[in-house]
Amino acid sequence: MRKVYLDHYATTPLLPAVRDAMLPFLGESFGNPMSLHNWGDAPRDAMDKAREQVGALIGTDASEEIIFTSCGTESNNFAIKGLATALQSKGKHIVISAIEHFSVMNAARSLEKMGFQLSLVPVDKNGVVNPEDVRQNLREDTILVSIMHANGEVGTIQPIKEISAITREKGILLHTDAIASCGNIPVNVKDLGVDALSLAGNQFYGPKGGAALWVKKGVRIIPLLDGGIQEGGRRAGSEDVASIVGLGQAAEIAAVDVVNRMNKLIPMRDSLIKGLTEKISHVVLTGHPQNRLPGHASFCVEFIEGESMLMMLNSVGIAVSSGSSCTSRALKISHVLMAMGYTHEIAQGSLVFTLGIDNSIDDMQYVVEEMSPIVVRLRQMSPVYDKFLKANKGGQ
Amino acid sequence: MPVYNEKVMDHFMHPRNVGEIENADGVGEVGNPVCGDMMTFYIKVKEDKLSDVKFKTFGCGAAIAVSSMVSEMAMGKSLEEAQKITPEMVAKELEGLPKQKFHCSNLGAQALNKAIDDYLIKQGRLQIEEGKGCPFCEHEEGEADENSICGSCHAAAHKEEKA
Repeated sequence: MRKVYLDHYATTPLLPAVRDAMLPFLGESFGNPMSLHNWGDAPRDAMDKAREQVGALIGTDASEEIIFTSCGTESNNFAIKGLATALQSKGKHIVISAIEHFSVMNAARSLEKMGFQLSLVPVDKNGVVNPEDVRQNLREDTILVSIMHANGEVGTIQPIKEISAITREKGILLHTDAIASCGNIPVNVKDLGVDALSLAGNQFYGPKGGAALWVKKGVRIIPLLDGGIQEGGRRAGSEDVASIVGLGQAAEIAAVDVVNRMNKLIPMRDSLIKGLTEKISHVVLTGHPQNRLPGHASFCVEFIEGESMLMMLNSVGIAVSSGSSCTSRALKISHVLMAMGYTHEIAQGSLVFTLGIDNSIDDMQYVVEEMSPIVVRLRQMSPVYDKFLKANKGGQ
Repeated sequence: MPVYNEKVMDHFMHPRNVGEIENADGVGEVGNPVCGDMMTFYIKVKEDKLSDVKFKTFGCGAAIAVSSMVSEMAMGKSLEEAQKITPEMVAKELEGLPKQKFHCSNLGAQALNKAIDDYLIKQGRLQIEEGKGCPFCEHEEGEADENSICGSCHAAAHKEEKA
């Protein structure tokens, strides 16, 4: 059976070149980079190199501004909690968008319980934050704004540059969660005008376990992990050298390849969107039609539920994800689709395809072919579809 | 190990008794797309036995497999026997359901019971109690009032998001 992996937002496969770069640090170069003896030398050098590679990917040569973390969730938690607590004597108000990833949303909610105040900026039907809405939410005591660069569920890319123009004018810190975007579209911290940025290697063919938070020089951050002086005292704990090296290698390759990748992914994405929306009735593209991640195609298929589609696609070798409540382990519907104004009924039919560099245009054809009969089958057994047909009798 | 076992997958991929019965003797609907799962059961009754059972389901793999299994378990049974089918029995027949699916998707027995109640009400053999139940999915629970939500419905999440 054909195997088509279209869940790169869950995680990307590891590039062989990245794995090769990592292997020595799971073998002979096992030393601790903090050690003064020779066992520490190679790991230390490799970490320095990785820091430069990651810096280069996001357009900074001040590699000391890169703090390695264990995952994107840690980067986001660190940014929200670390930046906010560092500034709490100035104010306790935080502004984020309504469609942030849970690692930003719940970190901010946690601070709320500790006495901070939180404002959520709405998004439009396409999942776009209006910079003026950010401005409206700023107060005298606002100390931190966090708006994601691109949303992993609907693919929409946010106008971070316009938002940073506002936060800079007001002298308020801006963090952006660039986990879904970094490595997949050009990301430059100076162009974006942000003060802190999260990224994760497993979104661009690096390992899980290798992630980073970039914090602009001069911006104070309180550590999440207290302990030794690793990462300049900002993130204690023995470094996961192999993952950090893998992150660095993946960053170096992404920096060179990002435009080629986009050029490959965009036509595939567009053919999938065209195929599914034209071949199947009542399929809605979610997220911005143009201003979206290159490999991102997300939909709501009306009258049926996402998990059953996901499982049926899996049975024909296709891996996707969904924002339906049945799919989430927490049994909660996607807060992103809710914020975009979709009804529960429509949002339950969420299906998210995230493409990668190993996919082909033939894969897209295969998905479109396999998808139609699955939708027909599930609609045939759907009482919601029945109701729709009865309500529209004579209409179609 | 896959999320769903082979038996669940079999009932999900090849559900038994899907469809609608025209002029059904009883119809039972539970759930709501808000919850994520919605099931409608149709029954035909002959001499107090279920001579036909069909269903339509909107929901996840577990919800579809549960509906299929319930229809199979109920077919040919007396009303009294069919009323005794519990979610636990259905899960057991399916050789297990993922933990988080047990409550939200295991509504089949309830839908079947509702269809039987519908039949009995039409026959004048059962009285309806008004004003009880979950506002999101019509799930009837002991103390439920207008504002309370049933345990099997995660509308709590919905409420929270609205607020």
